[in-house]
Formats: sequence, structure tokens, C-alpha cells
Amino acid sequence: MIPVTTTVNGDEYSFVCDPRETLLDALRDRLGLTGSKEGCGTGDCGACTVEIEGRPVCSCLVLAVEAEGKEIGTVEGIARGEELHPLQQKFIDHAALQCGICTPGILVATKALLAQNPDPTETEVRYWLAGNLCRCTGYDKIIRAVMETAAEMREAS
Amino acid sequence: MALDDTKKDHFKVIGSRPARPDGIDKVTGRAKFGADMVAPGMLFASVVRSPHAHAKIVKIDASRALALKGVKAVVTREDFATGLTGENLFVLENCMAGDKAVYDGHAVAAVAATSALIARDAAKLIDVEYEVLPHVTDVDRAMQADAPAVRPGSKDTTVPEGMNDNVVRYHESGHGDVEAGFAAADLVIEETFSTEATHQGYIEPHACLAQMGTDGRAEVWCCTQGHWNVQKLCAAALGIEQSKLRVTASEIGGGFGGKTAVFIEPVALALAKKSNRPVKLVMSRSEVFRATGPTSSTSMDIKIGMKKDGTITAGQGTFRLQGGAWPGAPMEFTAMCAFAPYDLENVKQVGYDVLCNRPKQAAYRAPGSPMAAFAVESVVEQLCNELGLDGLEVRLKNCSKTGTKASFGPRWDQIGLEECIRQAMAHPHYKAPLKEGQGRGVSCGFWFNHGGETAVSLALSEDGTAQLMVGTPDIGGSRASMCMMAAEELGIPYESVRTTIADTATLGYNEVSHGSRVTYASGLATIAAARDAVKKLKARAAARWGIDEDAVVWEDGCARPSGPNAGEYDPLPIAELCQSMGRTGGPIVGHFEATPEGAGVSFATHIVDAEVDRETGSTRVVRYTVVQDAGKAIHPTYVEGQFQGGAAQGIGWALNEEYIYGEDGRLQNSGFLDYRIPVASDLPMIDTVIVEVPNPGHPYGVRGVGETSICPPLAAIANAVSDAAGVRLTQLPMSPPRILAALEKQAGG
Repeated sequence: MIPVTTTVNGDEYSFVCDPRETLLDALRDRLGLTGSKEGCGTGDCGACTVEIEGRPVCSCLVLAVEAEGKEIGTVEGIARGEELHPLQQKFIDHAALQCGICTPGILVATKALLAQNPDPTETEVRYWLAGNLCRCTGYDKIIRAVMETAAEMREAS
Repeated sequence: MALDDTKKDHFKVIGSRPARPDGIDKVTGRAKFGADMVAPGMLFASVVRSPHAHAKIVKIDASRALALKGVKAVVTREDFATGLTGENLFVLENCMAGDKAVYDGHAVAAVAATSALIARDAAKLIDVEYEVLPHVTDVDRAMQADAPAVRPGSKDTTVPEGMNDNVVRYHESGHGDVEAGFAAADLVIEETFSTEATHQGYIEPHACLAQMGTDGRAEVWCCTQGHWNVQKLCAAALGIEQSKLRVTASEIGGGFGGKTAVFIEPVALALAKKSNRPVKLVMSRSEVFRATGPTSSTSMDIKIGMKKDGTITAGQGTFRLQGGAWPGAPMEFTAMCAFAPYDLENVKQVGYDVLCNRPKQAAYRAPGSPMAAFAVESVVEQLCNELGLDGLEVRLKNCSKTGTKASFGPRWDQIGLEECIRQAMAHPHYKAPLKEGQGRGVSCGFWFNHGGETAVSLALSEDGTAQLMVGTPDIGGSRASMCMMAAEELGIPYESVRTTIADTATLGYNEVSHGSRVTYASGLATIAAARDAVKKLKARAAARWGIDEDAVVWEDGCARPSGPNAGEYDPLPIAELCQSMGRTGGPIVGHFEATPEGAGVSFATHIVDAEVDRETGSTRVVRYTVVQDAGKAIHPTYVEGQFQGGAAQGIGWALNEEYIYGEDGRLQNSGFLDYRIPVASDLPMIDTVIVEVPNPGHPYGVRGVGETSICPPLAAIANAVSDAAGVRLTQLPMSPPRILAALEKQAGG
């Protein structure tokens, strides 16, 4: 077992883990942060997407020990206290989720997109999210929610 | 209880688009799905699966696994109940093999240990000795006289004499004289089609947490479309009384029919019993593909005759479906749905349920219907093309209408197919110019919809708000619809109703969330329960005023005298009546328990534009429009979502998705990389038109909308590909290699 110290959503955590354990397993089973989901375990579905140092990655493809000294961002850290992030509110308003299992990964991935590209085209959003599978919605309402959030965030800034 | 089925058509809440009550939980990561449950002292489980498509299990030796530190229990079939029959037996056999493994991925043993990694290591240490047997995975091959027998003795009495043992059920329906019909046609086209098995592809793998005491009292938390079904099947598999097992449905990460079945819950319970510890069992994605419900694969013959004016004179279909190694392929649904959109004098359909060495099929959104629509609607389009007729004009001319005789027997009640076709014809999409290399296809589709056993309970709180308990897991926003219907009847704000999915120990039996039944049946039950509560509220007001109950009406959340003759009293709001309910007769609870049978059928018409790349053979959907009859849309945004989601799944089925088996009978693509479901960059926006032809069987006119949307896409896309590239694909999926082969054949003459 290996000790790991890392920062998740701004808070410092220490845990010990098996060297084979994924970051996703450590977040869910050791830290109790079950917002990140495992849909495939092979980096194909994006439900486990988290940010490491501001970059979206599939946490099922990262070893827990690699989190040592890093800044991790998960879905649990997107809202500020009671205040939802505009993306979260827009997803609710637009019914951009049906079952909601892909939603955490899509929100983390989209937040990272808007941080680096505040004015994406529809095609850019669709390709950015091509690694985040949704089986319920046909993506229509997700793409609309992202485009509208981006527009509103541009106006507000 | 007699249903107060007073019809209503003026609404305050219904038709609006409020935020769903579970929205915040689901965007913040708080919502608890199947794999998110934990219990103190919990063990983790792993399942050992057969690497062979068909094999005798000679010996299982768990001694090496049990010697591993942290391993607490190993179970095999010996740890389950014996003497089961029918579906209980089939489900147990599928959850844990007995003498034989009958498909690649079939569970043969399971282990529980103190961590997931130890459980996985231990599973590799369980030694299973197999004697490999001949296998068959193709439906046509399985029907041949010399095919390996998958499950001898499974045939029922409907199967015609002389057929192979793998043919286990037979269906025949129709009316008129098809031969006379074909003789009267100006053109008859006969074609053979096939479709590969596809998976529901929900993003959440099956997951459960089980515990069981030595006294036989047990609990299961799991992601399921129906927890009473889990209770029933698990109790049978473990040999315990149903009421000893309490099952709670977690949030569910997609189901599409695939979570109406049971795969891991009995195994987790058996491990929990043996270890006397809570056990969590979560499937990997590969296990989901190998061992949970794909659809049937099919082989189909279609023959249709048409006159020069577009009149269809006869239709005939033969549908061969394999549903894995157990009886149950939904071939009768395929047969009955095939010609449902058409009003035919002469029609005949035949179905065969065939066994193969593949996983037990499970329901997938309108089970059996999309394949039928693919075959029939492809031939209808071919006939239209050859006779120079417009596809939607011909469908309108021949369409099923209120009162006409259905292809499978009954007369249609009020239906909306004609309206769907008319609205599709009027839609700008249908007349929009196409670009070079693009083609347009249309198709209609049909699904029965279902009612089913339903119980709900609605309790009023002292402040006049309401707590509604339903028993149908919420797969795509149904709690919002339930809150809306309760609010509409009670006359209180939407936000003042809380809907909970009750567990099996809390409410009467509820059938699973399937058959597009939830908004119809739990909705009808919610309305009835709310009306029951309103009746009680009116009685309390009547007693307070000292007037007759019949002289009280309920409007805008208040009891009022029905008119001047009833007396002059100030309205009594629900909050005031509820505040005093303890003193005026006790708690007020409305309820409903019944099996509603008025689920109205649903039809749809889809239009699709597709572009075929002649160099790579890849097809891109560039525009898509869904027109579907919803009866009455309770929450239109979520109705649109069902239309769009079904269309997207149909696009995947048509173009990419398929189970690929090797000669060795093993599944070759058990992951999302090789089993490619549509991703965001594959799809266009999906336009929707909600048609509302009320269902007479629901107080507001609701029809289920979940399933019909997956029926038309397969054929609509095949028709668009044919229009775009001049090749007619009769095999699904229309993957690039198949399109290229068709283009090469076309070029070769």
C-alpha cells in the first residue's frame, strides 16, 4: 500500500492505496466522492472525467498514486456552496439529462472546454464531447445547453 | 377501487416545463446510483465467467481462491434453490450456470472478498474444468437439421412438427387471403433481411449491494427498472419468502429494457448469505456486453404486393429471432408490429423463437418492433420507388385509422398515425432541397404500449403539501411528470409535491418500468390517488360547513360550495383543511391499486437525410425529424427527449452497432471502443413534432412515448442510404464495409 496526498476540489486529502488502484476507485471508495462514475473502465465513455491540473482526463485511466501532489477537480466541486455553476443550471433548465449517469463527466469536460474556448461552435462542442457517451438524450439538449451557457457566460463577463 | 376517469382537457400545470425534482442531485454528483451504495463491513464480489460458447462444467475447484487472504465466500450453482420451473429457472440458470455453460460470458462461480482487487485476483484462482461442446450463434444455422442442440427439451406445443429442437416457439397471425392479394397486385416484391444483435448500451453497468441474515431476512439495493421483479426472482433463486426480501431501487443510469431483467442480484445475495456480510457486486463493461441482455438478432422474409395507384394488396412476413440460450425471443411482437401501420385486407405473419449459444436476450425499447419496421418499410419504399409514387402519400393512403382492423386482429381505438404522416408531409424537412450525395428516407413505426400492475399512495402533510409514493423507477424524469399530475389535481404548486420511488416493503406490487407504461399507468394512478384525496378533503369541508358532500367542489386547491344553493361559505384552502385533519377524522391519504388496461398504442413517422461517402462507405445522418403521437404531453421537454433518444439509438443500430461473434463462439467486441454507440460528433440536432391525439384510456389522454421512437429509424436510414447511393442494404448494421461491398457490386453491374 502506498500513501498519497492530493488536493480535491480545493481540499487536501491523504489516503493509502494499492498501486493498481485507479484514481476513480480512490475517489469513489477511499474518499467517498461517488459523483464520478465508472461506465466502462477503459476510457471509452467519459463518465469518470475529472480535471487534473485543469485538464480533463478519464480518471479510470489514471492510477491513484499519480494524484500525489496534484490538484483534482470533480463534479462535486463545480457548484460554489449553494450556487450552481451556470452549466449545471442550464442542464436542469434544458432537460439536458435523462438518467443523469453521464452528466458528471459531461459537466466536468464542458467546464474545461469553456475555460479554454468561451465561444465554441456547435461542431467544436460536439467533437470536444465525442469522448463522453450519453445513451438517453441523442445529445441534442446537451449541445443546446452548452451553447446557451457559453453565450450567457460571454455576456456576463 | 373504481377509477374516477373523468376526462380533463384544460390544464394549469400539464404542458408546462418545470425543472425536474432530482435535477440538482444529478448535476452536483449527489444522486446515488447502483454502484454508489455502501454498507459497513461490505465485501466486494467478482464473477467467474465461461470462456466457451458451449461447454459441460466438469469440475469447479475453489480451494486456491479460498486460501487467499481476504476471501470470505465462493458460490456456485449448488448455493441456490433447486426445483425451480419456468422463468424462475431460466433466470437462475442465466445468473449461474449449472451443468453446462451455454454462452461466452456465462457465470459459473462468484467470490466475495474484502476488496475489489482481492475479489478479482481470487476469481482468477477458481479452477473450472470444461468439456467443450459444439456451439451455434447464427439464427439461420441454428434452425438447420444438423445444428448443435442448445437446450434440448425446450420446445413448446406450438412448434410445427419436423423442426429442429432449437426452434422453441411459433407464432402465426393475420387475416384475409394473401395469395389472392398478391395476384391482385401490379407489383410484388419479396426480399430477405437480417439484423444483428444490439445492446441497450446504458452507461451505468449493473450494480447491487445485498445483505442477508441467518434468519433469511434480506435487503437488496440495486439499479433496476423494477424492484418487485427483483424481489420475486431473487426470492425464488434463494428459496426464501418474498416478503423477507426488501428491495430498494437506486437511481438508475439508463435501462431501455435491459434492466427489467435480473443478472447479479441473486449472486450477491448468495454470497452475502454465505459470508454473513453485505456484498457489493458491480459488473464491468465487458461483463455487461457478454452477459446481459442484447436484443435478438433476426432473419426475415417480407413479401408485399402493391397496385399502380399505391394500394397495398397484401403483406406477408416470416420472422426468425434468436434470443440466446433460453426461450423468449420477442418474435410475436416482431410479427404483430410488422404491418401494424397498414390497413390491409390480406396479411399474414409467422414467427419463430430460436435458441443459440448467446446471452439471454432482454427487452430493448419496443422489443422486436424496430427489426420488423426495417424489413417492411424497406420493401414499401422499394415498391414506391419502382412505381414512381411518393412514400408518405402511399403510407397515408394505406394507413391504419381509428376503427380499422389491425394486422394482428383487434380494431384500433383512437389512434394518431394519419395525423403523424400528415404532419410529416407538412414539415419543411420533407420538401427541403438535398445536397449532392445526400438522400432522404422515411418510415413509420408502431409500439403497443402497456398498462400493468400499479399501486401508488399520496399522503397530505399538515401544511397542505403532498408526498407521493410510486413504485416505478424513474428512468428519464418521470418524477417530474408525477409531481405535475398530482399538482394539477390537487390545485397546489408543482414544487409542493414530492415524489418518491418507494421500496418493496412500503407499497403494493408494481410491475417494472417497461412498455412505456410509467407516465401512463403510474400517472393514471397518481391522478386517481389525488382525486381520492380530494374526495376526502371535500368531505372534511362538508362536515365543517354542515352541508352535503355533493355540494362541495374542489377548485384551485380550495373546497368551495358548489353554488348559491349549497350555502355561502368562504373557500377552505387545502392547507387549512390539512392543518386540522388530525381533529377532523385523521390523516388524509389517497391511493390507487389496479391494473390499468387502456394504454393507447403509439405511432410515429420519421424523416431522415443521410450522406454516403462513396470512398469510405461511411454514412452520416445530416438531418433528422421525429413526428410521434404522445396522446397528451405532460412535460413536453421530456417527451422530446424520448423522441430524440430513441432516434439516436436507432441511428446507432442502423449504422454501427452489432454483436460480432467469432468462429469460436466468443464475442469479439465487448467494449465501447469496438461496439460503437453514437457519439456527439456523429449526430445532428434531432427535430421533434409532438402530435396529440388523446388516448381514451387515460384521464388526460396520455400515451406512452418511450419506445415507439426507436422503431422507424432503421428503415428510414436504409431508405435514405438507398436514395443517396443507389444501393439497398438488407443487412444491419449498414457499416462502412457493407456499404462499400454494396457499392462495389453496384459498380460491377
